[in-house]
Amino acid sequence: MPYFVQQLINGLTLGAMYGLIAIGYSMVYGIIGMINFAHGEIYMIGAFLTVICFSLLGMVGVTWVPLSLVMVLLVAMACTAAYGWTVERIAYRPLRGSFRLAPLISAIGMSIFLQNYVQLTQGATNKALPPVVIGGFVFGDASGFTITISYIQIFMILLTVVLMIGFSYLIASTPLGRAQRACQQDLVMAGLCGVNVDRTISLTFVMGAALAAVAGMMATLYYGVIDFYIGFVAGVKAFTAAVLGGIGSIPGAMLGGLALGLVEAFWSGYFATGYKDVAAFGILVLVLIFLPTGLLGKPEVEKV
Amino acid sequence: MTALLEVLHLTMRFGGLVAIDDLSFTAHDREITAIIGPNGAGKTTVFNCLTGFYKPTVGQLTFHGRGQPLLLERIDGFRIARAGVARTFQNIRLFGQMSVLENLIVAQHNALMRASGYTLLGVLGHPGYRKAEKAAIELARHWLDRIELTDRADWNAENLPYGQQRRLEIARAMCMEPKLLCLDEPAAGLNPRETAQLGDLLRTIRDDSGIGILLIEHDMGVVMGISDHIVVLDYGRKIADGKPDEVRRDPNVIKAYLGEPEEAPLPTPVKADLAEEGRL
Repeated sequence: MPYFVQQLINGLTLGAMYGLIAIGYSMVYGIIGMINFAHGEIYMIGAFLTVICFSLLGMVGVTWVPLSLVMVLLVAMACTAAYGWTVERIAYRPLRGSFRLAPLISAIGMSIFLQNYVQLTQGATNKALPPVVIGGFVFGDASGFTITISYIQIFMILLTVVLMIGFSYLIASTPLGRAQRACQQDLVMAGLCGVNVDRTISLTFVMGAALAAVAGMMATLYYGVIDFYIGFVAGVKAFTAAVLGGIGSIPGAMLGGLALGLVEAFWSGYFATGYKDVAAFGILVLVLIFLPTGLLGKPEVEKV
Repeated sequence: MTALLEVLHLTMRFGGLVAIDDLSFTAHDREITAIIGPNGAGKTTVFNCLTGFYKPTVGQLTFHGRGQPLLLERIDGFRIARAGVARTFQNIRLFGQMSVLENLIVAQHNALMRASGYTLLGVLGHPGYRKAEKAAIELARHWLDRIELTDRADWNAENLPYGQQRRLEIARAMCMEPKLLCLDEPAAGLNPRETAQLGDLLRTIRDDSGIGILLIEHDMGVVMGISDHIVVLDYGRKIADGKPDEVRRDPNVIKAYLGEPEEAPLPTPVKADLAEEGRL
């Protein structure tokens, strides 16, 4: 039982990260119907920015952990948001109204470009960050199996919850969120209602990128080691999560992320850690075959 | 009564096809201007040019909405909407998965976006934004009352019956507080009672709001009943322009709708067959 609980906690932590990335995929798909394959790279850039920021803060001597966490978080979100905006502006917007595959191919190109750009500027070696948030709660006696909840796990889950609440509020009750939902349903009609569609799409990329940066920061703090290649696997997994939850649906993305995180954690805990990716991508295959609209997705009705 | 929209020498070509050929007309405020014509005459294309879907091949569309006259052919779709041109579609395009009320509030997006300081002030609960939001809901409620949908404000728009969706579309357009309302076949698919209601609604909109309405419609009962001014198109060309009574008697219009009188008499055997079947 304690072992089960431990895996549950690990899974939730992992799932929170996948969910945050998956939201970016889902939102973008919902609005312009393309899979932004460069989104994983944005997450990777968020992770690198975290390492850079912590190093810089260390150099100027800011060592109080909560302050540095907040500062790093804000800087990483702002910078990746700028990346998200730029990627959309130069790689996708010129292709809007072109054939459906064009932005997809452009996204793959962008992904490769960003990977190599980071490799070139930051070097190909792993980057390590010494643990910033240390310690945790330990339950259970010393003789049996103990459950450990580290502070970083608590931080990650809480931050995700807070972000999700803020994000849901933004989507549900602000003019921007309303415009996004309107664009999701009918881009043309939204434009005719006076919504600046291009700007709304840009802001969607910005929001997705900022959330991916948070996931990137979490990954850096959690694992402590990153390289320029982490965006690929994380991106594909988050994409799996988005599909599992029903692509286009934001609660679905979070739910899919959590489900995927749990599956991975339990698979690693009870079967073989080496094959955890098999479990994740096996789910992708099964979902695509048996439940193509995902858990919360709606079947797409072709508009005539 | 002043000119609201001046269409000058509007021509729209798609490759070799001339959809609109040198069309000029003027629509005034406080008037319902109907654009009629047989299927394929280019009526919807006129709307598409007006609302920025198409860039006209030739021509000038001057809109005297708010302040400075605007050349609609030069500005983007959403700016046209902001300038005060609202439009509905032949096939209903509501935001189906949003509530009826939200549909009406999306239409007021610009006012709200500005009041919320592009979201930031809104999130912080700035009083100016609260006021704007209140005003937006008030306007939406006003229109819900007028189209008698107040008790269904929370329904998803896609769940409304067809006739109510039509009315909601008009209400949404009106919530944009436009100067010119372009309606593309608003009576299509309505039953006679709903059609009569629609006529009343449009007439009160014209009289109360003082805006201009541009109406594409096939239901001649509606057109003749409520229009102040009719423009008749056939194969993209204007064949008549005037008051309903003038247009109704115009020989060109009759010809376009009913065709030329048959020149050659029918051969006798055919005539006999038809007479036998009681069709002559």
